[in-house]
Amino acid sequence: MTRKVVITGVGAVTPLGVGARTLHERWTAGQSGIEDGYGRTSEFEPKDHLSIKEVRRSDRYTQLALAAAKEALEDAGWEDGPPGDPERAACVIGTGIGGIGTLENQHIIMRDQGAERISPLSIPLLMANAACGVVAMTHDLRGQSFGTVSACAAGAHAIGMAERLIRYGDADCVVTGGSEAAITPLATAAFGRMEALSDSGISRPFDLRRDGFVMGEGAGILVLEEEEAAKERGARILGVLRGYASTSDAHHLTAPDPSGRGAAKAIELALKDADLEADDVVYVNAHGTSTPLNDRAETQALKTALGAERAKQIPVSSTKSAIGHLLGAAGAVESIATLLALRDRIAPPTLNYEEQEEGLDLDYVPREARPLVNGDTPAIGLSNAFGFGGHNAVLVLEAT
Amino acid sequence: MAATATREEIEQRVFQALEEFGAEPDQIGPDAEFESLDVDSLDLVELAQIVEDEYGVQLKGEDMEGITTVRQAVDLVMSKLG
Repeated sequence: MTRKVVITGVGAVTPLGVGARTLHERWTAGQSGIEDGYGRTSEFEPKDHLSIKEVRRSDRYTQLALAAAKEALEDAGWEDGPPGDPERAACVIGTGIGGIGTLENQHIIMRDQGAERISPLSIPLLMANAACGVVAMTHDLRGQSFGTVSACAAGAHAIGMAERLIRYGDADCVVTGGSEAAITPLATAAFGRMEALSDSGISRPFDLRRDGFVMGEGAGILVLEEEEAAKERGARILGVLRGYASTSDAHHLTAPDPSGRGAAKAIELALKDADLEADDVVYVNAHGTSTPLNDRAETQALKTALGAERAKQIPVSSTKSAIGHLLGAAGAVESIATLLALRDRIAPPTLNYEEQEEGLDLDYVPREARPLVNGDTPAIGLSNAFGFGGHNAVLVLEAT
Repeated sequence: MAATATREEIEQRVFQALEEFGAEPDQIGPDAEFESLDVDSLDLVELAQIVEDEYGVQLKGEDMEGITTVRQAVDLVMSKLG
Protein backbone atom coordinates (compact mmCIF):
# COMPACT_ATOMS: atom_id res chain seq x y z
CA MET A 1 0.00 0.00 0.00
CA THR A 2 1.31 3.45 -0.86
CA ARG A 3 2.26 5.56 2.11
CA LYS A 4 0.53 8.95 2.10
CA VAL A 5 2.15 12.12 3.34
CA VAL A 6 0.22 14.63 5.44
CA ILE A 7 1.14 18.07 6.71
CA THR A 8 0.65 18.45 10.45
CA GLY A 9 2.44 21.71 11.22
CA VAL A 10 3.66 24.89 9.55
CA GLY A 11 5.86 27.78 10.61
CA ALA A 12 7.14 30.85 8.80
CA VAL A 13 9.09 34.03 9.31
CA THR A 14 8.52 36.41 6.43
CA PRO A 15 8.54 40.11 5.57
CA LEU A 16 4.85 40.09 6.55
CA GLY A 17 5.78 39.12 10.12
CA VAL A 18 6.50 36.18 12.36
CA GLY A 19 4.16 33.24 11.94
CA ALA A 20 2.61 31.20 9.15
CA ARG A 21 -0.91 32.46 9.89
CA THR A 22 0.38 36.03 10.02
CA LEU A 23 1.68 35.57 6.49
CA HIS A 24 -1.62 34.13 5.31
CA GLU A 25 -3.85 36.69 7.01
CA ARG A 26 -1.82 39.74 6.01
CA TRP A 27 -1.31 38.67 2.42
CA THR A 28 -5.01 37.79 2.08
CA ALA A 29 -5.84 41.25 3.46
CA GLY A 30 -3.69 42.76 0.72
CA GLN A 31 -0.86 43.94 2.94
CA SER A 32 2.71 44.17 1.68
CA GLY A 33 5.89 43.37 3.60
CA ILE A 34 8.07 45.23 1.12
CA GLU A 35 9.65 48.50 2.23
CA ASP A 36 12.16 50.62 0.31
CA GLY A 37 12.53 47.92 -2.33
CA TYR A 38 13.34 45.06 0.07
CA GLY A 39 11.33 42.37 1.81
CA ARG A 40 13.06 42.27 5.19
CA THR A 41 11.87 40.26 8.17
CA SER A 42 11.88 43.44 10.23
CA GLU A 43 9.48 42.07 12.85
CA PHE A 44 11.86 39.18 13.61
CA GLU A 45 14.01 39.76 16.69
CA PRO A 46 16.21 36.63 17.06
CA LYS A 47 16.54 36.93 20.86
CA ASP A 48 12.75 36.77 21.26
CA HIS A 49 12.74 33.28 19.75
CA LEU A 50 16.17 31.77 20.36
CA SER A 51 18.67 31.33 23.20
CA ILE A 52 21.87 33.41 23.33
CA LYS A 53 23.80 30.36 22.22
CA GLU A 54 21.47 29.65 19.32
CA VAL A 55 21.79 33.24 18.13
CA ARG A 56 25.60 33.21 18.38
CA ARG A 57 25.93 29.83 16.71
CA SER A 58 23.75 30.69 13.73
CA ASP A 59 23.91 32.82 10.66
CA ARG A 60 20.72 34.81 10.17
CA TYR A 61 19.42 32.25 7.68
CA THR A 62 19.72 29.54 10.33
CA GLN A 63 18.10 31.79 12.95
CA LEU A 64 15.12 32.22 10.64
CA ALA A 65 14.91 28.45 10.07
CA LEU A 66 15.12 27.73 13.81
CA ALA A 67 12.30 30.15 14.59
CA ALA A 68 10.10 28.78 11.80
CA ALA A 69 10.86 25.20 12.88
CA LYS A 70 9.89 25.94 16.49
CA GLU A 71 6.56 27.29 15.32
CA ALA A 72 5.98 24.35 12.97
CA LEU A 73 6.77 21.72 15.62
CA GLU A 74 4.52 23.40 18.18
CA ASP A 75 1.83 23.64 15.52
CA ALA A 76 2.19 19.89 14.92
CA GLY A 77 1.86 19.24 18.63
CA TRP A 78 5.37 17.81 18.97
CA GLU A 79 6.84 17.97 22.43
CA ASP A 80 10.54 17.37 23.12
CA GLY A 81 11.40 16.00 19.74
CA PRO A 82 9.57 13.86 17.23
CA PRO A 83 6.76 11.45 18.05
CA GLY A 84 7.96 7.86 17.87
CA ASP A 85 11.49 6.73 17.09
CA PRO A 86 13.83 9.74 16.54
CA GLU A 87 15.81 7.65 14.06
CA ARG A 88 12.71 7.60 11.84
CA ALA A 89 12.57 11.43 11.89
CA ALA A 90 14.36 13.24 9.06
CA CYS A 91 15.24 16.84 8.28
CA VAL A 92 15.61 18.37 4.80
CA ILE A 93 16.02 22.13 4.50
CA GLY A 94 16.96 24.05 1.36
CA THR A 95 18.69 27.35 0.82
CA GLY A 96 19.78 29.33 -2.19
CA ILE A 97 23.08 30.59 -0.82
CA GLY A 98 23.35 29.75 2.89
CA GLY A 99 25.24 31.97 5.32
CA ILE A 100 26.43 34.60 2.90
CA GLY A 101 26.17 37.32 5.58
CA THR A 102 28.74 35.47 7.66
CA LEU A 103 30.94 34.91 4.63
CA GLU A 104 30.95 38.61 3.77
CA ASN A 105 31.59 39.78 7.33
CA GLN A 106 34.41 37.32 7.91
CA HIS A 107 36.02 38.26 4.63
CA ILE A 108 36.07 41.89 5.72
CA ILE A 109 37.71 40.87 9.02
CA MET A 110 40.30 38.80 7.18
CA ARG A 111 41.09 41.65 4.79
CA ASP A 112 41.28 44.36 7.46
CA GLN A 113 42.64 42.49 10.48
CA GLY A 114 44.26 39.35 9.11
CA ALA A 115 43.46 35.65 8.86
CA GLU A 116 44.15 35.12 12.58
CA ARG A 117 41.17 37.25 13.51
CA ILE A 118 38.43 35.39 11.67
CA SER A 119 35.95 33.49 13.81
CA PRO A 120 36.36 29.75 14.36
CA LEU A 121 32.60 29.65 13.89
CA SER A 122 32.87 30.93 10.29
CA ILE A 123 32.46 27.62 8.49
CA PRO A 124 29.75 26.12 10.72
CA LEU A 125 27.78 29.35 10.36
CA LEU A 126 28.13 29.90 6.62
CA MET A 127 27.76 26.35 5.31
CA ALA A 128 24.62 25.79 3.25
CA ASN A 129 23.60 22.77 5.34
CA ALA A 130 23.88 24.65 8.65
CA ALA A 131 20.16 25.34 8.98
CA CYS A 132 19.37 21.67 8.41
CA GLY A 133 22.04 20.45 10.80
CA VAL A 134 21.09 22.86 13.57
CA VAL A 135 17.36 22.17 13.29
CA ALA A 136 18.01 18.40 13.37
CA MET A 137 20.28 18.79 16.40
CA THR A 138 17.86 21.07 18.24
CA HIS A 139 14.91 18.71 17.84
CA ASP A 140 16.64 15.32 18.03
CA LEU A 141 15.88 14.32 14.44
CA ARG A 142 18.25 11.38 13.95
CA GLY A 143 17.18 10.05 10.57
CA GLN A 144 18.46 11.40 7.27
CA SER A 145 19.29 15.09 7.21
CA PHE A 146 20.69 17.16 4.38
CA GLY A 147 20.28 20.44 2.58
CA THR A 148 19.04 20.96 -0.94
CA VAL A 149 20.73 23.46 -3.22
CA SER A 150 18.84 24.56 -6.32
CA ALA A 151 18.67 28.36 -6.02
CA CYS A 152 15.08 29.54 -5.88
CA ALA A 153 13.69 26.02 -6.17
CA ALA A 154 15.61 24.76 -3.10
CA GLY A 155 12.71 25.03 -0.64
CA ALA A 156 10.36 23.15 -2.95
CA HIS A 157 12.99 20.53 -3.71
CA ALA A 158 13.49 20.00 0.02
CA ILE A 159 9.78 19.38 0.54
CA GLY A 160 9.66 17.10 -2.49
CA MET A 161 12.58 15.04 -1.19
CA ALA A 162 11.01 14.95 2.26
CA GLU A 163 7.80 13.63 0.76
CA ARG A 164 9.76 10.91 -1.02
CA LEU A 165 11.59 9.90 2.18
CA ILE A 166 8.25 9.16 3.82
CA ARG A 167 6.61 7.60 0.81
CA TYR A 168 9.63 5.36 0.18
CA GLY A 169 9.64 4.26 3.79
CA ASP A 170 12.95 5.83 4.83
CA ALA A 171 11.29 8.07 7.41
CA ASP A 172 7.98 8.41 9.23
CA CYS A 173 8.20 12.17 9.68
CA VAL A 174 10.30 14.98 8.23
CA VAL A 175 10.91 18.57 9.26
CA THR A 176 11.41 20.33 5.95
CA GLY A 177 11.39 23.66 4.17
CA GLY A 178 13.72 26.46 3.17
CA SER A 179 15.52 29.45 4.55
CA GLU A 180 17.35 32.47 3.18
CA ALA A 181 18.96 35.67 4.46
CA ALA A 182 20.78 37.14 1.51
CA ILE A 183 19.93 40.83 1.76
CA THR A 184 23.64 41.52 2.12
CA PRO A 185 25.89 44.03 0.32
CA LEU A 186 27.52 41.46 -1.99
CA ALA A 187 24.39 39.47 -2.83
CA THR A 188 22.23 42.53 -3.51
CA ALA A 189 24.96 44.15 -5.62
CA ALA A 190 25.49 40.93 -7.56
CA PHE A 191 21.81 40.40 -8.31
CA GLY A 192 21.67 44.08 -9.26
CA ARG A 193 24.59 43.74 -11.65
CA MET A 194 22.82 40.96 -13.53
CA GLU A 195 19.77 43.23 -13.81
CA ALA A 196 17.55 40.71 -12.07
CA LEU A 197 16.38 43.17 -9.41
CA SER A 198 13.55 45.62 -9.81
CA ASP A 199 14.69 49.22 -10.37
CA SER A 200 11.34 50.51 -9.22
CA GLY A 201 11.46 48.42 -6.05
CA ILE A 202 7.93 47.24 -6.77
CA SER A 203 7.07 43.57 -6.97
CA ARG A 204 4.28 43.29 -9.55
CA PRO A 205 4.24 39.81 -11.01
CA PHE A 206 2.58 39.35 -14.43
CA ASP A 207 1.97 43.11 -14.81
CA LEU A 208 3.11 44.78 -18.04
CA ARG A 209 5.33 47.18 -16.06
CA ARG A 210 7.18 44.52 -14.02
CA ASP A 211 10.91 45.20 -14.00
CA GLY A 212 12.57 42.51 -11.92
CA PHE A 213 12.26 40.86 -8.54
CA VAL A 214 12.44 42.40 -5.09
CA MET A 215 14.80 40.61 -2.71
CA GLY A 216 13.26 39.15 0.39
CA GLU A 217 14.39 37.02 3.31
CA GLY A 218 12.72 34.51 5.59
CA ALA A 219 12.04 30.86 6.24
CA GLY A 220 9.21 28.39 5.92
CA ILE A 221 9.16 25.01 7.68
CA LEU A 222 6.60 22.21 7.43
CA VAL A 223 6.16 19.06 9.46
CA LEU A 224 5.33 16.10 7.21
CA GLU A 225 4.17 12.80 8.64
CA GLU A 226 3.09 9.46 7.30
CA GLU A 227 -0.70 9.53 7.33
CA GLU A 228 -1.36 6.43 9.43
CA ALA A 229 1.22 7.39 12.05
CA ALA A 230 -0.21 10.90 12.23
CA LYS A 231 -3.74 9.58 12.66
CA GLU A 232 -2.61 7.12 15.27
CA ARG A 233 -1.18 9.84 17.49
CA GLY A 234 -4.30 11.94 16.96
CA ALA A 235 -2.53 14.70 15.06
CA ARG A 236 -4.51 17.50 13.51
CA ILE A 237 -4.00 17.17 9.77
CA LEU A 238 -3.74 20.43 7.82
CA GLY A 239 -3.50 18.89 4.40
CA VAL A 240 -2.05 16.24 2.16
CA LEU A 241 1.05 16.54 0.04
CA ARG A 242 -0.46 14.84 -2.96
CA GLY A 243 2.34 15.01 -5.46
CA TYR A 244 5.70 16.37 -6.50
CA ALA A 245 7.83 16.48 -9.60
CA SER A 246 10.95 18.19 -10.77
CA THR A 247 12.57 18.80 -14.14
CA SER A 248 15.37 20.83 -15.69
CA ASP A 249 15.22 23.32 -18.53
CA ALA A 250 18.73 22.43 -19.78
CA HIS A 251 18.53 25.77 -21.53
CA HIS A 252 20.39 28.66 -19.84
CA LEU A 253 22.16 29.35 -16.55
CA THR A 254 19.74 32.05 -15.45
CA ALA A 255 17.00 32.55 -18.06
CA PRO A 256 14.01 30.22 -18.21
CA ASP A 257 13.22 28.42 -21.43
CA PRO A 258 10.86 30.94 -23.09
CA SER A 259 8.46 28.16 -24.10
CA GLY A 260 8.15 27.11 -20.45
CA ARG A 261 8.80 23.56 -21.58
CA GLY A 262 10.62 22.34 -18.47
CA ALA A 263 8.21 24.04 -16.08
CA ALA A 264 5.22 22.64 -17.97
CA LYS A 265 6.66 19.15 -17.78
CA ALA A 266 7.17 19.52 -14.02
CA ILE A 267 3.51 20.55 -13.59
CA GLU A 268 2.31 17.64 -15.73
CA LEU A 269 4.46 15.13 -13.87
CA ALA A 270 3.45 16.49 -10.46
CA LEU A 271 -0.23 16.09 -11.35
CA LYS A 272 0.45 12.59 -12.65
CA ASP A 273 2.32 11.80 -9.43
CA ALA A 274 -0.75 12.97 -7.51
CA ASP A 275 -3.04 10.96 -9.79
CA LEU A 276 -4.95 14.14 -10.64
CA GLU A 277 -6.06 16.06 -13.74
CA ALA A 278 -5.93 19.73 -14.64
CA ASP A 279 -9.66 19.95 -13.87
CA ASP A 280 -8.94 19.03 -10.23
CA VAL A 281 -6.75 22.10 -9.64
CA VAL A 282 -8.61 25.03 -8.09
CA TYR A 283 -5.70 27.36 -7.33
CA VAL A 284 -2.14 27.96 -8.52
CA ASN A 285 0.44 29.69 -6.35
CA ALA A 286 2.80 30.86 -9.07
CA HIS A 287 6.54 31.26 -8.87
CA GLY A 288 5.66 34.72 -10.28
CA THR A 289 8.91 36.59 -9.67
CA SER A 290 7.99 39.89 -11.35
CA THR A 291 10.82 39.45 -13.87
CA PRO A 292 9.86 39.88 -17.52
CA LEU A 293 11.14 36.43 -18.49
CA ASN A 294 9.80 34.26 -15.68
CA ASP A 295 6.24 35.53 -15.68
CA ARG A 296 5.90 35.12 -19.43
CA ALA A 297 7.44 31.63 -19.49
CA GLU A 298 5.44 30.53 -16.44
CA THR A 299 2.17 31.70 -18.01
CA GLN A 300 3.06 29.69 -21.11
CA ALA A 301 3.97 26.66 -18.98
CA LEU A 302 0.63 26.74 -17.16
CA LYS A 303 -1.24 26.88 -20.45
CA THR A 304 0.78 23.99 -21.87
CA ALA A 305 0.41 21.80 -18.79
CA LEU A 306 -3.21 22.53 -17.87
CA GLY A 307 -4.59 23.36 -21.31
CA ALA A 308 -5.16 26.99 -22.32
CA GLU A 309 -8.88 26.92 -21.56
CA ARG A 310 -8.54 25.35 -18.13
CA ALA A 311 -5.50 27.51 -17.24
CA LYS A 312 -7.59 30.65 -17.78
CA GLN A 313 -10.27 29.44 -15.38
CA ILE A 314 -7.95 28.85 -12.42
CA PRO A 315 -6.97 31.72 -10.09
CA VAL A 316 -3.19 32.19 -10.24
CA SER A 317 -1.51 34.47 -7.73
CA SER A 318 2.01 35.26 -6.58
CA THR A 319 3.02 35.52 -2.91
CA LYS A 320 6.08 37.43 -4.10
CA SER A 321 3.83 40.41 -4.82
CA ALA A 322 3.53 40.82 -1.03
CA ILE A 323 6.90 39.65 0.33
CA GLY A 324 9.35 39.74 -2.57
CA HIS A 325 11.51 36.83 -3.63
CA LEU A 326 12.74 34.72 -0.72
CA LEU A 327 15.07 32.75 -3.02
CA GLY A 328 15.77 29.35 -1.42
CA ALA A 329 13.00 29.91 1.12
CA ALA A 330 10.44 30.91 -1.52
CA GLY A 331 9.21 27.44 -2.44
CA ALA A 332 8.71 26.52 1.22
CA VAL A 333 7.05 29.75 2.35
CA GLU A 334 4.82 29.71 -0.72
CA SER A 335 3.75 26.11 -0.24
CA ILE A 336 2.66 27.10 3.27
CA ALA A 337 0.80 30.11 1.83
CA THR A 338 -0.82 27.77 -0.70
CA LEU A 339 -1.92 25.30 1.95
CA LEU A 340 -3.43 27.96 4.23
CA ALA A 341 -5.19 29.62 1.29
CA LEU A 342 -6.66 26.28 0.22
CA ARG A 343 -7.78 25.58 3.79
CA ASP A 344 -9.65 28.89 3.84
CA ARG A 345 -10.91 28.30 0.29
CA ILE A 346 -9.55 31.67 -0.74
CA ALA A 347 -7.22 32.92 -3.47
CA PRO A 348 -5.00 35.70 -2.05
CA PRO A 349 -4.28 38.53 -4.50
CA THR A 350 -1.40 39.39 -6.78
CA LEU A 351 -0.68 42.84 -5.38
CA ASN A 352 0.22 45.71 -7.72
CA TYR A 353 -1.18 43.89 -10.76
CA GLU A 354 -2.94 46.46 -12.94
CA GLU A 355 -1.80 46.42 -16.55
CA GLN A 356 -2.11 43.37 -18.75
CA GLU A 357 0.61 42.33 -21.16
CA GLU A 358 -0.39 40.70 -24.41
CA GLY A 359 -0.34 36.94 -24.02
CA LEU A 360 -0.28 37.10 -20.23
CA ASP A 361 -3.97 36.45 -19.99
CA LEU A 362 -4.55 34.20 -16.99
CA ASP A 363 -6.66 35.14 -13.97
CA TYR A 364 -3.94 36.66 -11.77
CA VAL A 365 -6.34 37.63 -8.96
CA PRO A 366 -5.61 41.36 -9.08
CA ARG A 367 -5.99 43.70 -6.11
CA GLU A 368 -7.96 41.65 -3.64
CA ALA A 369 -8.51 38.12 -2.41
CA ARG A 370 -11.36 36.11 -3.80
CA PRO A 371 -13.21 33.04 -2.52
CA LEU A 372 -12.31 29.83 -4.29
CA VAL A 373 -15.32 28.23 -5.85
CA ASN A 374 -14.88 24.52 -5.68
CA GLY A 375 -18.22 23.21 -4.52
CA ASP A 376 -17.81 19.92 -2.70
CA THR A 377 -14.61 18.92 -4.46
CA PRO A 378 -11.31 18.77 -2.56
CA ALA A 379 -9.30 22.00 -2.46
CA ILE A 380 -6.27 21.15 -4.57
CA GLY A 381 -3.57 23.61 -5.53
CA LEU A 382 -0.17 23.82 -7.16
CA SER A 383 2.89 25.59 -5.80
CA ASN A 384 5.53 26.34 -8.43
CA ALA A 385 9.19 27.04 -7.78
CA PHE A 386 11.84 27.59 -10.41
CA GLY A 387 15.50 28.39 -9.91
CA PHE A 388 18.59 29.73 -11.64
CA GLY A 389 20.23 26.74 -13.23
CA GLY A 390 16.97 25.78 -14.87
CA HIS A 391 15.56 23.82 -11.93
CA ASN A 392 11.78 23.38 -11.82
CA ALA A 393 9.97 21.93 -8.81
CA VAL A 394 6.20 21.66 -8.42
CA LEU A 395 4.20 20.55 -5.39
CA VAL A 396 0.56 19.46 -5.41
CA LEU A 397 -1.23 20.22 -2.14
CA GLU A 398 -4.66 19.34 -0.88
CA ALA A 399 -6.21 21.07 2.12
CA THR A 400 -8.31 19.07 4.52
CA MET B 1 49.31 45.29 28.40
CA ALA B 2 50.24 41.67 29.06
CA ALA B 3 52.41 42.62 32.01
CA THR B 4 49.68 44.62 33.72
CA ALA B 5 46.85 42.06 33.59
CA THR B 6 46.01 40.69 37.02
CA ARG B 7 44.49 37.32 37.73
CA GLU B 8 41.29 39.00 38.76
CA GLU B 9 41.07 40.95 35.49
CA ILE B 10 41.62 37.85 33.41
CA GLU B 11 39.05 35.93 35.43
CA GLN B 12 36.49 38.68 34.96
CA ARG B 13 37.19 38.78 31.23
CA VAL B 14 36.70 35.00 31.00
CA PHE B 15 33.43 35.26 32.97
CA GLN B 16 32.24 37.96 30.58
CA ALA B 17 33.13 35.85 27.54
CA LEU B 18 31.30 32.83 28.94
CA GLU B 19 28.21 34.94 29.49
CA GLU B 20 28.44 36.13 25.89
CA PHE B 21 28.67 32.49 24.81
CA GLY B 22 25.28 31.89 26.42
CA ALA B 23 26.24 30.35 29.78
CA GLU B 24 23.86 31.07 32.67
CA PRO B 25 25.40 34.01 34.60
CA ASP B 26 24.56 32.57 38.03
CA GLN B 27 26.39 29.35 37.22
CA ILE B 28 29.61 31.02 36.13
CA GLY B 29 32.41 30.85 38.71
CA PRO B 30 36.04 29.74 39.06
CA ASP B 31 35.12 26.10 39.70
CA ALA B 32 32.40 25.83 37.06
CA GLU B 33 32.97 23.07 34.51
CA PHE B 34 32.74 24.09 30.88
CA GLU B 35 30.59 21.09 30.12
CA SER B 36 27.98 22.05 32.72
CA LEU B 37 28.01 25.62 31.33
CA ASP B 38 27.30 24.15 27.87
CA VAL B 39 30.58 25.61 26.66
CA ASP B 40 32.09 23.36 23.99
CA SER B 41 35.25 23.12 21.91
CA LEU B 42 34.14 25.80 19.44
CA ASP B 43 33.54 28.21 22.33
CA LEU B 44 36.99 27.45 23.73
CA VAL B 45 38.64 28.29 20.41
CA GLU B 46 36.82 31.59 20.54
CA LEU B 47 37.88 32.12 24.15
CA ALA B 48 41.48 31.51 23.11
CA GLN B 49 41.09 34.15 20.42
CA ILE B 50 39.77 36.69 22.94
CA VAL B 51 42.66 36.00 25.31
CA GLU B 52 45.13 36.38 22.48
CA ASP B 53 43.55 39.64 21.33
CA GLU B 54 43.52 41.18 24.78
CA TYR B 55 46.58 39.76 26.53
CA GLY B 56 48.82 38.76 23.66
CA VAL B 57 48.90 35.16 24.82
CA GLN B 58 48.88 32.49 22.14
CA LEU B 59 46.87 29.42 23.03
CA LYS B 60 46.89 26.44 20.72
CA GLY B 61 44.50 23.53 20.62
CA GLU B 62 46.99 21.29 22.44
CA ASP B 63 47.33 23.88 25.25
CA MET B 64 43.60 23.62 25.83
CA GLU B 65 43.61 19.84 26.10
CA GLY B 66 42.51 18.69 29.53
CA ILE B 67 41.18 22.15 30.43
CA THR B 68 37.72 21.49 31.86
CA THR B 69 37.12 24.28 34.37
CA VAL B 70 37.21 28.05 34.38
CA ARG B 71 40.00 28.03 37.00
CA GLN B 72 42.18 25.79 34.83
CA ALA B 73 41.70 28.16 31.89
CA VAL B 74 42.69 31.18 33.97
CA ASP B 75 45.70 29.27 35.35
CA LEU B 76 46.78 28.49 31.80
CA VAL B 77 46.60 32.15 30.75
CA MET B 78 48.52 33.23 33.88
CA SER B 79 51.24 30.66 33.22
CA LYS B 80 51.61 31.86 29.64
CA LEU B 81 51.87 35.46 30.81
CA GLY B 82 54.72 34.25 32.94
